Amino acid sequence: MKIILKQVLILNPEQKLNQKSDLLINDGIIEKIDGLKEADFKSSKVFDFDNKLCSPGFFDMHVHLREPGREDEETVETGSNAAAAGGFTGVACMPNTDPNIDSAEIVRFIKEKAKDHLVDVYPVAAATLARKGEALSPMYELFEAGAVAFSDDGVAIKNAGVLRNALEYSINFGTPIIEHCEDESMAEGVMNEGLISTTLGLPGIPKVAEDLIVMRDIMLADFTGGKVHIAHISSKKSVELVRQAKKNKISVTAEVTPHHFTLTDDLLKTYDTNYKMNPPLRSRADVEAIIEGLKDGTIDCIASDHAPHAIEEKEMEFIFAPNGIIGLETELSLVMSELVHKKHLTVSQVIEKMAINPRKILSIPIPQIKIGEVANLTIFDPDQIWTADINKFKSKAKNSPFDKRLMTGKSIAVINKCKMFFEDKFTSI
Amino acid sequence: MSLSSRHLLGLNGVPKEDIQLILDTATTFREVLERPIKKVPTLQGKTIVNLFYEDSTRTRISFELAQKRLSADTINFSTSTSSVKKGETFKDTVRNIEAMKVDMIVVRHKSAGVPQYLTRISKANIINAGDGLHEHPTQGLLDMYSIKERLGKLEGLKVCIVGDIAHSRVALSNIFGLKSMGAIVSVCGPATMIPLGIESLGVKIFTNIDEAIAKNDVLNVLRIQLERNAGTRIPSLREYHKYFGITSDRIEKFNKEIVILHPGPINRGVELSSEVADGPYQVILDQVTNGVAVRMAVLYLLGTMH
Repeated sequence: MKIILKQVLILNPEQKLNQKSDLLINDGIIEKIDGLKEADFKSSKVFDFDNKLCSPGFFDMHVHLREPGREDEETVETGSNAAAAGGFTGVACMPNTDPNIDSAEIVRFIKEKAKDHLVDVYPVAAATLARKGEALSPMYELFEAGAVAFSDDGVAIKNAGVLRNALEYSINFGTPIIEHCEDESMAEGVMNEGLISTTLGLPGIPKVAEDLIVMRDIMLADFTGGKVHIAHISSKKSVELVRQAKKNKISVTAEVTPHHFTLTDDLLKTYDTNYKMNPPLRSRADVEAIIEGLKDGTIDCIASDHAPHAIEEKEMEFIFAPNGIIGLETELSLVMSELVHKKHLTVSQVIEKMAINPRKILSIPIPQIKIGEVANLTIFDPDQIWTADINKFKSKAKNSPFDKRLMTGKSIAVINKCKMFFEDKFTSI
Repeated sequence: MSLSSRHLLGLNGVPKEDIQLILDTATTFREVLERPIKKVPTLQGKTIVNLFYEDSTRTRISFELAQKRLSADTINFSTSTSSVKKGETFKDTVRNIEAMKVDMIVVRHKSAGVPQYLTRISKANIINAGDGLHEHPTQGLLDMYSIKERLGKLEGLKVCIVGDIAHSRVALSNIFGLKSMGAIVSVCGPATMIPLGIESLGVKIFTNIDEAIAKNDVLNVLRIQLERNAGTRIPSLREYHKYFGITSDRIEKFNKEIVILHPGPINRGVELSSEVADGPYQVILDQVTNGVAVRMAVLYLLGTMH
């Protein structure tokens, strides 16, 4: 089947593309860019995307799909649907499922579940067995089965000696270790430690709990030559540590979530558990440092940490409620609203942080927008104003603090694997 | 005169007029408590649930007695099991209780914020009887009442809260309430027990207990709660007593009048020596009596609001 994306603004900083063109896609392959004939228009389904932006498909390298184990909260399918609706053609899913992704069978199980979906799903496997931080998982075998990175996400690898081994062992196949940086001995709280936690009487998690592990991990990356990727960075000092490490050519990369550059800890005053996450929401100074880090390239990419939870679990007494929020369907809009429209980042920088860098970090091929290549595209409108409505989201879960928020910028369509998601439905193209 | 809110969730943000009204009303009820027949019909026909998700003896008894003195119908629901364990969720429990048509809920819970949460899921008047490390507003009120009873005023008084400030719900209610009434509030304790940012609330920190005694009119001495993990933040109770315990020797050194409060139960020989706990400066048992009167005032003012 042939489709034409008419008059889209193609943007790909990796290929130095910035042009308004007609794009002809035939059976999922880009066949023509401009120079389309009358006959092409007659024989194709035409999408008039005049002036909408067209980028390599976005990729979220930090999502929780909950399968296997908690299919009541999300599945590979519903999470992938949410990803497509949010403008993503690929995701990397975290290993804290039940059982954990610590065997090749589970990696294959997830890949099998995702095989026919528009969205590419790449499992991140546990770095240690059952994410206990003790014995290494069968990393090589997991890599061969399709794992693109390793992490004990939810917690940092507790023991520096074990992390050293994980970093060194992964050098053979080149994958990064993704670290949830938090010193557990200092992290018994439920929100950022400071004046707000003191006033609310909620136990706090100090920023230094993150900074300590970021520093440890940078030193181990330097020592071993392995690659460390800092997940959901949240503190000002951690951003500075990563900045210095990069200056010193240490293999460290970092991601940030939309909520950590949008929200601050004073929002917890209502005790709404949708503001409970780990790392916790920090202060205005941290948000500003994170935005600086995004601008100067210290922070490589934006990832949602999409964390679906059942309503009855999240709607609980604050200290008992689980951490995390869903994010796939609000991510792009928050990036546009908070970073692009506020003139912190250009759209090209956004494409780097949402399509190119995550794939580079995970050694996944970056989709090219050129003739003969598979069409793996996100088409979005940076200026569309809309109001988030959790009841219309594709995710099974509803735990979002962004419900009813007015945002600017929205995904219009995604294309990948001969499939298209447009106007709320999937079609084969 | 009536209160500006239909709930008592904490003393943070409660206007001075409201606190004054509660304290004045409590004076009336304090007089009732001295009568041979200590009961008034004020809340006849009102149903109050005491929802206690955390062990408590004195606060629950004090509330229950206050309710009975006001002729309300009272139900006690106590459980130490949290909803994190399998079973009914907190929300379902509340909805079930509310379906039985209750007018007010007095709640104590391990998690800060539960009283606020209750206002979103219930139509009853909510009274916080202690939530996590957050607030215990009726304790703050009865402390203020007891100070005023002894010294005749609150404005301009220097009050120091001593002990584990970071893990106390009494400290915050005292800080907010006393500051609102014009007192000068400070804290004193080992630095491991002083929470981050407390100075931003307009509270001075004393690092030395002798200095705190010398420079204050009132000491509100908190209980060292081993069950709240105090043991990891001080080497031993012995050492705490040695450097922060209030003893007659310490007080007499300064040859001054001082008022000592304690929310109870006392760890004798830890935060207070026995001579101090039974001595002339303390108002500890007055606090207990005043607690009933203050709670009667709060229940009355909220229960008759419309």
